[in-house]
Amino acid sequence: MGRDITLADICIVACADAFRGDGEIMASAMGTIPSIAARLALSCFEPDLLISDGEAYFIRNPGPVGVSQTDAIDFQPVVEGWIPYRKVFDMLWWGRRHVMMGASQIDKYGNQNISAIGPWEKPKAQLLGVRGAPGNTVNHKTSYWVPNHSTKSFVSRVDIVCGVGYDRASQAGPTAQKYHKLERVVSNKAVFDFQSPDRSMRLVSLHPGVTSDEVATLTGFEFICAEPLSYSRVPTEIELQAIDRYDPKGLRFTEVDDRQAIG
Amino acid sequence: MNKVIIEEEFISRLSDGMTIGIGGWGSRRKPMSLVRAICRSPVSNLTVVSYGGPDVGILCAMGKVARVIYGFVSLDSIALDPHFRFARQESTISATELDEGMLQWGLYAASLRLPFLPTRAGLGSDVMTINPWLRTIKSPYSDEEELVAMPAITLDMAIVHVNRADSSGNGQILGVDPYFDDLFLMAASQRYISCEELVDTEDFLKFGSHHTLAINRMMVDGVIVSKRGAHFTSCDSDYSRDEVFQAHYAQSAKTPESWQAFRDLFVLAESHQTYLEAVDSFGMASYGS
Repeated sequence: MGRDITLADICIVACADAFRGDGEIMASAMGTIPSIAARLALSCFEPDLLISDGEAYFIRNPGPVGVSQTDAIDFQPVVEGWIPYRKVFDMLWWGRRHVMMGASQIDKYGNQNISAIGPWEKPKAQLLGVRGAPGNTVNHKTSYWVPNHSTKSFVSRVDIVCGVGYDRASQAGPTAQKYHKLERVVSNKAVFDFQSPDRSMRLVSLHPGVTSDEVATLTGFEFICAEPLSYSRVPTEIELQAIDRYDPKGLRFTEVDDRQAIG
Repeated sequence: MNKVIIEEEFISRLSDGMTIGIGGWGSRRKPMSLVRAICRSPVSNLTVVSYGGPDVGILCAMGKVARVIYGFVSLDSIALDPHFRFARQESTISATELDEGMLQWGLYAASLRLPFLPTRAGLGSDVMTINPWLRTIKSPYSDEEELVAMPAITLDMAIVHVNRADSSGNGQILGVDPYFDDLFLMAASQRYISCEELVDTEDFLKFGSHHTLAINRMMVDGVIVSKRGAHFTSCDSDYSRDEVFQAHYAQSAKTPESWQAFRDLFVLAESHQTYLEAVDSFGMASYGS
């Protein structure tokens, strides 16, 4: 073993595994850990993914997170395509994309809120706005990364539905459901999918050291558990090297600050 | 035709209650000198349409805005614009929040002179409930899909900042992303661009390839020369975002006094030149000389 494994590493490979099997599509990641995860997936097991620099280029060999991909001095980016926002919208309505977004609130059926907390007319907290979440979720695969698992983030009902969950897609009808697919939800405690009879959140794996009781206490709704329930996997040696390569400054700890060694 | 005008002339064309579309994206290539010109003008009660950044925050803080139509408001490196948040949380503005793609579709419909364009985006989300005037439409073909009919967002005025322009209104965007600036201009009845540099038409291709000629003169009524006109937002490839100044802008929302100081020194600077001088002295003080 080269170095200790931390919770952030577990979260990164759990996020990376969301992109497993995606093939030649655009992997869009919001946040630091998803950005490391998408790069890791590209370099370790999904070599056909397309990753943008967050400005307007597809980079074949994305470099470290948190630095401008085209201004970095210590690596040579290979620009393989042009992807300004207008083309991003085209790609996503075309369906060739898997986005991993954040969620200020998420509910049992995967409805997500990044717009505002409290009543719409006079919110207690205005957040980003719905951004692309409504369009993303009804057009292509979507996953979520929630770095602070608590009853404030995993709620019984979100205040503003931005990303569409399974119940709302079903109520909206076949056009909303046609390309709607929520892949997985990764938190700093566990991994969920929606492989349950009513497409509600199902606990798939616990991060090492976490119990299902703890997750239940931190979650504002009831969920079923996969059988058998497993622990989230640890990164391979090669994956650890990839994490260090893509995040040399340890920006992952700004999202998951637990630096204790695991296992 | 020579379309070059000065800011005062631009200001004279503003009127109360207008719907103004603002180009750029977040805190990137925003026509900030024109935004400040609006702030200096007596107009109020505006509807602002934007992929929002500090343009929206400043106009809200100056009390110029009745309604904002947006997909997000963000400063990029600082996730949320505190001035916009304040306006929302105090409910001083009416908010029309749309999916980013719906906003594009609304501008595109307006530019194509169509009443609406169909899309899946919005279905199932609260965009449909917080904007109850949005309608769906059933496909007339055998698929019978039920889609959102995103209505045209027609603009009274659009303002956009570009890297280079000529006096007849052709505009050149040298950054990697033209955003939706052409759609804003095509959706508007009055169209103004500010530019970093006014150049001779024959020199355009010295600065960039034909792909950078994103704005043609049919789309433009007036050109305002405004070097560093996007400050403090980015304007690649001429300059990047002034992060120190942007942080100062965000900080100014802390107290009424800090906002007043920021407003008087920067937002209400009597001209773009005065603004740049104030910015430069601020920069000297922050970075050391």
